[in-house]
Amino acid sequence: MSFQSKNENKEKAMATPSSLASVAANARKPGTNTLGTNALGIGLEARSVHAWFGKHHALANVSLDFPAGTVTALIGPSGCGKSTFIRTLNRMHEFIPGAAMAGEVLLDGKDIYEPGTDVTKIRLKIGMVFQKPNPFPSMTIGENVLSGLKLAQLKNANKDDLMEECLVRAGLWNEVKDRLNAHGGSLSGGQQQRLCIARALAVNPQVLLMDEPCSALDPGSTLRIEETIKELSETMTIVIVTHNMQQAARVSDFTAFFLADGGPGEMIETAATSQIFSQPRDQRTENYVTGRFG
Amino acid sequence: MTMLENKGPAAIPSPREITTEPRFSDKLFRAIVTTGGLSSLVILGLIAVFLGYQGFEILAKEGISFITTSEWTVEVDSFGTITNTTFGLAAMLVGTILCAFIAVLIAVPVSVAAAIFLSFYAPASLKRVLVSIIDLMAAFPSILFGFWGLFVLMPSAEYWAKLINRYLGFIPIFEVDPPIFTRSPFIAGVVLAIMIIPIVTSISREVFSQTPLDRIQAAYALGATRWNVIRTVALPYARGGIVGGSMLGLGRAMGETVAVYTVLNIVYQINWQVLFGAGGNVASLILLKFGEAQPYEIKALMAAGLVLFLLTLFVNFIADQIVAKSGSKGR
Ligand SMILES: Nc1ncnc2c1ncn2[C@@H]1O[C@H](COP(=O)(O)OP(=O)(O)OP(=O)(O)O)[C@@H](O)[C@H]1O
Ligand SMILES: [Mg+2]
Repeated sequence: MSFQSKNENKEKAMATPSSLASVAANARKPGTNTLGTNALGIGLEARSVHAWFGKHHALANVSLDFPAGTVTALIGPSGCGKSTFIRTLNRMHEFIPGAAMAGEVLLDGKDIYEPGTDVTKIRLKIGMVFQKPNPFPSMTIGENVLSGLKLAQLKNANKDDLMEECLVRAGLWNEVKDRLNAHGGSLSGGQQQRLCIARALAVNPQVLLMDEPCSALDPGSTLRIEETIKELSETMTIVIVTHNMQQAARVSDFTAFFLADGGPGEMIETAATSQIFSQPRDQRTENYVTGRFG
Repeated sequence: MTMLENKGPAAIPSPREITTEPRFSDKLFRAIVTTGGLSSLVILGLIAVFLGYQGFEILAKEGISFITTSEWTVEVDSFGTITNTTFGLAAMLVGTILCAFIAVLIAVPVSVAAAIFLSFYAPASLKRVLVSIIDLMAAFPSILFGFWGLFVLMPSAEYWAKLINRYLGFIPIFEVDPPIFTRSPFIAGVVLAIMIIPIVTSISREVFSQTPLDRIQAAYALGATRWNVIRTVALPYARGGIVGGSMLGLGRAMGETVAVYTVLNIVYQINWQVLFGAGGNVASLILLKFGEAQPYEIKALMAAGLVLFLLTLFVNFIADQIVAKSGSKGR
């Protein structure tokens, strides 16, 4: 594990909104993953996605591409539909009674909502980290990390190595390595969230959706997670919802700005992250990223 | 820094006592709920005292043989005066436990399956209908279960009993000798199972429905099938509740009187052969004898009641231990 860029990151953590553009400019450029897009597939595409909760139209007409091996940040004020959108991307939206959606979500060009699709396979390929940590309290820490393998009935020859690797990547290894047999619920909130990240990594998803993964974390763990996100983007496509502009600027290649202006939430603008933070096309985006609004 | 040095090592204080002074409304409410909470204890205690007082004479006379022997006779001379009595409950106690365990063994898997179906698979409209039917079943008079068990269930249960006997007869408890299959503990157990299924189902369904949604979603998001979600999230969460519900069912099965009385052939001899048409049951014995009992025999029945009461308490105590051990882990 390389911690070389830690100091650099600390500086970035203290960046003020006015210097966001320069942070974003320093961030990794898209398409620099070493594995090439073939191993990653061609990514995820949302086509005219709408979402409803009963009669409430929560999200309107969002079309967004997530090219393979990139990190896309979703930003926007509270209640604008970011979580709703991200949950349509791995078919978690449909668990809410009365929820409905329209449009298409294409994984490697195939619609994941197509009738006859094995939805468990879809969710295995499109992993998710929730806003609120939700480890399995009946399992130990170690079992939690490997729970995805068990749940999806996957085989892995070297479980101990995998467990350690995932916990290291999630920045939790040092804190739990001596008590892997303790219960998942015995960790602090931030530790639980990192455990959930480790759990999502263990099944090696093609796409990882993260809904404010750092909202319960301290700055140190947050940096660790950001490191992880950057490493993961070599082998995964990542979508991250965040309220932290600096975080969006630090980790993402592309940023999409969402806004609900009275009506359903919409995507106002999407572009390379550096552009969103330096010269957004839409006035509302500029107001939001400069903190003048929202 | 210097200040700290001057101070030297700080003495570690002993923890403070933390008290709160509740408001009047809170005290009043507390008094009301305390009364409610203690009333069950008081009622239970009064019943135990009553039974103990009534049955003391018999217990003192019979001693330990009251629960270790099986004979129950009252001899009277031609004037109706009692000449000799023997009271032994062993056959009835064994029968009670046997029937209740058969009932729980059958009822729990069925109930858990039903609860899983209702909580995770049934469409909303069907669920509503089934839930009200199950609740209705819980309130059904037990004499009707008894009649139904006797006239409808018995013939087919007899068929099943014969089948079990044919293929598993080499196991001692499934032996039947001589071949009498009607009115057996097995059939009583099946009737009891049907009676406690609503209770166990309702309680299990209730705990399943409380499974935290975020945990269920976490499992689904990891690519779990519905069955896997149930197995790894819902069942561990609900285990304590299911055990508790089963124990309530067990208690009900041990105390059930009329239904067992209707279907079971009561015999004053310990019988472990569950398919054989002879069994015992403390509550049914009391019902059987109460009508024409002399005052002296009634005392014996009271003592029998006390023993049943203590047996139920004991089983519930064991159950609580099990729940306490297994309950919190999945929460
Ligand atoms: N389970 C639900 N039932 C009904 N309406 C919902 C539900 N979840 C969200 N909504 C509504 O959908 C809209 C979008 O909510 P969503 O959770 O996607 O917002 P968000 O952008 O993630 O906000 P935040 O940043 O606060 O997490 C809101 O108006 C919200 O009230
Ligand atoms: Mg949200």
